[in-house]
Amino acid sequence: MTTAPHLPPHAAEAARIAAANRARAVPGRKVYVKVFRCDGPGKPSRWETFQVTVERGSNVISMLQQIAANPVTADGKKTTPVVWDSGCLEEVCGACTMVINGKARQSCSCLIDDYAPAEGDTITLEPMSKFPVVRDLWVDRSRLFHNLKRVKAWVPIDGTYSLGSGPTESPESQEQRYVMSTCMSCGCCLEACPQFNLEPDESAWDTSFIGAHAINQARLFNEHETGKRLKADRLDTLAAAGGVNDCGNAQNCVKVCPKLIPLTESIAVIGRAVTIHAFSKWFSGR
Amino acid sequence: MSQHRVIVVGGGLAGLAASVRVAEAGLPVDLFSLVPVKRSHSVCAQGGINACNEVARQQGYSEYEHFDETIYGGDFLADQHPVLEMANWAPKIIDLLDRMGVPFNRTAEGMRDLRLFGGSLFKRTHFAGATTGQQLIYALDEQTRRYESEGKVTKYEYWEFLWPIIEDARCVGIVAQDMRTMQVRAFRADAVIMATGGCGLVFGKSTNSIICNGAAAARCYQAGVWYGNPEMIQVHPTAIPGADKLRLMSESARGEGGRVWVPRKPGDPRAPKDIPETERFYFLEEKYPAYGNIVPRDIATREIFDICVNQGMGVSGENQVYLDLTHKDPEYLTKKLGGILEIYEKFVGVDPRHEPMKIFPAVHYSMGGLWTQFTKGSYNPSEPRPKHKSGSPAPLGADVGLGMQLGAINNMMTNVQGLYAFGEVNFAYHGANRLGANALLSCIFDGLFCGVSVVNYVRNDAPSKNPASDMPASAFDRVVDQENKKSQRLLSTVGQGSADAATNPYLIGKELGDEMTAACTVVRTEPRLEQCLKKLAELKDRYARVRLPDDAPWSNQSFTYARAVGDMLAIADAVALGAKGRKESRGAHYRTDFPDRDDTNFMKSSVARFDAASRSTTVTFEPIDASLILPTARTYGKKDVDAGAKKPAMAGAAS
Ligand SMILES: Cc1cc2nc3c(=O)[nH]c(=O)nc-3n(C[C@H](O)[C@H](O)[C@H](O)COP(=O)(O)OP(=O)(O)OC[C@H]3O[C@@H](n4cnc5c(N)ncnc54)[C@H](O)[C@@H]3O)c2cc1C
Ligand code: SF4
Ligand code: SF4
Ligand code: FES
Repeated sequence: MTTAPHLPPHAAEAARIAAANRARAVPGRKVYVKVFRCDGPGKPSRWETFQVTVERGSNVISMLQQIAANPVTADGKKTTPVVWDSGCLEEVCGACTMVINGKARQSCSCLIDDYAPAEGDTITLEPMSKFPVVRDLWVDRSRLFHNLKRVKAWVPIDGTYSLGSGPTESPESQEQRYVMSTCMSCGCCLEACPQFNLEPDESAWDTSFIGAHAINQARLFNEHETGKRLKADRLDTLAAAGGVNDCGNAQNCVKVCPKLIPLTESIAVIGRAVTIHAFSKWFSGR
Repeated sequence: MSQHRVIVVGGGLAGLAASVRVAEAGLPVDLFSLVPVKRSHSVCAQGGINACNEVARQQGYSEYEHFDETIYGGDFLADQHPVLEMANWAPKIIDLLDRMGVPFNRTAEGMRDLRLFGGSLFKRTHFAGATTGQQLIYALDEQTRRYESEGKVTKYEYWEFLWPIIEDARCVGIVAQDMRTMQVRAFRADAVIMATGGCGLVFGKSTNSIICNGAAAARCYQAGVWYGNPEMIQVHPTAIPGADKLRLMSESARGEGGRVWVPRKPGDPRAPKDIPETERFYFLEEKYPAYGNIVPRDIATREIFDICVNQGMGVSGENQVYLDLTHKDPEYLTKKLGGILEIYEKFVGVDPRHEPMKIFPAVHYSMGGLWTQFTKGSYNPSEPRPKHKSGSPAPLGADVGLGMQLGAINNMMTNVQGLYAFGEVNFAYHGANRLGANALLSCIFDGLFCGVSVVNYVRNDAPSKNPASDMPASAFDRVVDQENKKSQRLLSTVGQGSADAATNPYLIGKELGDEMTAACTVVRTEPRLEQCLKKLAELKDRYARVRLPDDAPWSNQSFTYARAVGDMLAIADAVALGAKGRKESRGAHYRTDFPDRDDTNFMKSSVARFDAASRSTTVTFEPIDASLILPTARTYGKKDVDAGAKKPAMAGAAS
């Protein structure tokens, strides 16, 4: 078994535990999937437990598919298929995020062997708590996308006509921007953040904490030659209510980001930029 | 003055490029997607996007050769003019994406880096790490968000397209359903662009996202839109077998030097690193000395299939071969291929930097799709030319407007007026086999180039005289009724007796996938296709009696899935009938009973038409426009070799 040398310590530790579990998992065993269910907004929630058969390579998605084809609980009660969000099934679209055994992560890359290696083990699935539940494990992450608008997370190009190539860029800068740009809007960093709370009221979004993902996007675009042109706008937003000053520096976000984005570094960079921006505004009287 | 609107169904690369282009021209866009557009299937693309570039150009490459490769790679089935236009536009598209901030990999000097990809001897593939599709769609998603915040694009995410509204042979809107509230309603539009991607789910497990069920295309098809080359399904040679999905191992793994091999001794029990060079059979390198591991996909797939299934030489006697990168520097691999190597590590638990990967072919892409038209540009030599030779001058400059006429209103319009098809959902560019890294290009090209056609159609053609907003409500209500009735019928089956295996929608879907994979992928024969058609008839019969497990009036996912299964069955029919009708072998379509290409009878598009009254499909073969390049044998310089022969070790083909 090789553990990857390129992982940071917290991820490497998780990978080691997973690998050890995987090594002792026996295919064909039966385990339990315990799901926190809810039929829709305003409806009561309940736990339901299902028994499933695990093969090598089974992940949470294939277990939910098994349940959908035969929606009967472990105690023999007929029920409805569990509802969940998914897309790519290879941890690149961010859709399938849920809380698994108490921690937010992608369900498609969650191998049952890693989490429930022994016969009769239980794996627990809950929807993320920081977003309104649509049904069962499916949550509404509109606010996460809305916050990308708040920081104008785009390059203000002149239009789609042919106007030559973009700015050249050093490989070092590309590597740094690439990592930041792999954010798949999954919401793990928000689920883990003590400052980011459930806010169903859309009118409060613009003054509520914007979240590590959006701060990181602001940095990504501030560092692009053309993206820079909107830097002042972005910093204005991030200096205001719900901006970077609301971050309590708990550093939970960086530990859960599946794309290993240096979120706390981005927060620090933006924090400094906001301060400098405020000073220069003050001095120039604008 | 009435306000014109354009509907775009699908927010992958094609749909987003179209939205941006149309919104920029000043027409408001309503954008529909099953998922938040940023999560569309295009995120999965790993390897890159092709375009002629300065380095390759100075080595003798040209847009014209990119065009030639694409036609040759597609085994001469594509209409040639649109492909020429696409190749000509490719460098401009890369430039635009670059301006949008896509973090393309860079050389030491800060230029865009390039890699080798299947079907070319030149480095002409641009990439952003190993998640190029993700990075490209993010750039377009960001531009779309910009227009959204300016009120020029309205997004309908988690809305499912159900049916096109066609009035007097003209498409004037769609009916769609909110997947949360289950509300069904009509939306008016002066033009509708379908950009709904591929249909991998018809084959059960594939490399596609779980939402790629082809149902949207199938609904258009059943509403009267023709479907071109349905039988042309690409099976990718290298995927990681999995329980829920066959995850792709990108061609870039071979482009960066990955070598495919099996032990020369079948069932050799030794660990791969203990097997010496001389006892490894690098079958692609030996059979195709020029292209080696980077032969096009259909060829690599058939060779791997042959080694495993016919010759029983698969690793450990199973259907798998090694894809080996362990001879490369791990640091270099992380830098160039990090994302895809992590996928292998994550899902298999083995680090491919140190141990060869085990892979097998999987359904990947649909070259076929909704049938579309185009208007030829001004370039038309008096005689088609034979295959282009690298370094010889291109017979034309890299000017715009040579292949397709920019702005002609029928570019990528289906046979239904006002209904367009962009991206993987059309059949236009890839013939009988798509070259790696050409799909992202064709999607964005459609959006940018043919987006102009849509704008012109709305402003200057039928909609300018009779806009959809002025039409009577009855046309729209009728289709809403039709869809409501369909839903009610399905929902009313809940609780009607217990669903047995025969009427369980999930099991019908699974059997459909198994059958299509067995009969309609790598190897096809008349008897097997006949059997497949019988099975499809049985599945359709069972589907008519399907029983749903949930009648919730809110976010009812199993209902959504069950409805799609019915549509997937319609596409499956077209695929099987196309495959049966095409009595030759060409590109991805390989018939053991007709192993040769037959240009006289079949250098033609197969066109499937659906008869709504009898609910049956007919397939006809229609001429293509191949007036630029003459067909030649597509051999990629193959040589006959046998596994027993020992050969000196070869250099990786990607050097
Ligand atoms: C694993 C993988 C790797 C690939 N790598 C490469 C590569 O390196 N280079 C390359 O060139 N190509 C690659 N391809 C191919 C390429 O990714 C696809 O062909 C391309 O992304 C398709 O884009 P699209 O815009 O046509 O559709 P998609 O990205 O599939 O988007 C379809 C859109 O339609 C929407 N939709 C579908 N049905 C409905 C409905 N009923 N109602 C409403 N909306 C609907 C979806 O929500 C989605 O927004 C790869 C493909 C796969 C599977
Ligand atoms: S560092 Fe800031 S953003 Fe990250 S979890 Fe803590 S409070 Fe939240
Ligand atoms: S920053 Fe990381 S955890 Fe947060 S949304 Fe992006 S990918 Fe997810
Ligand atoms: S389904 Fe895309 S991240 Fe899991």
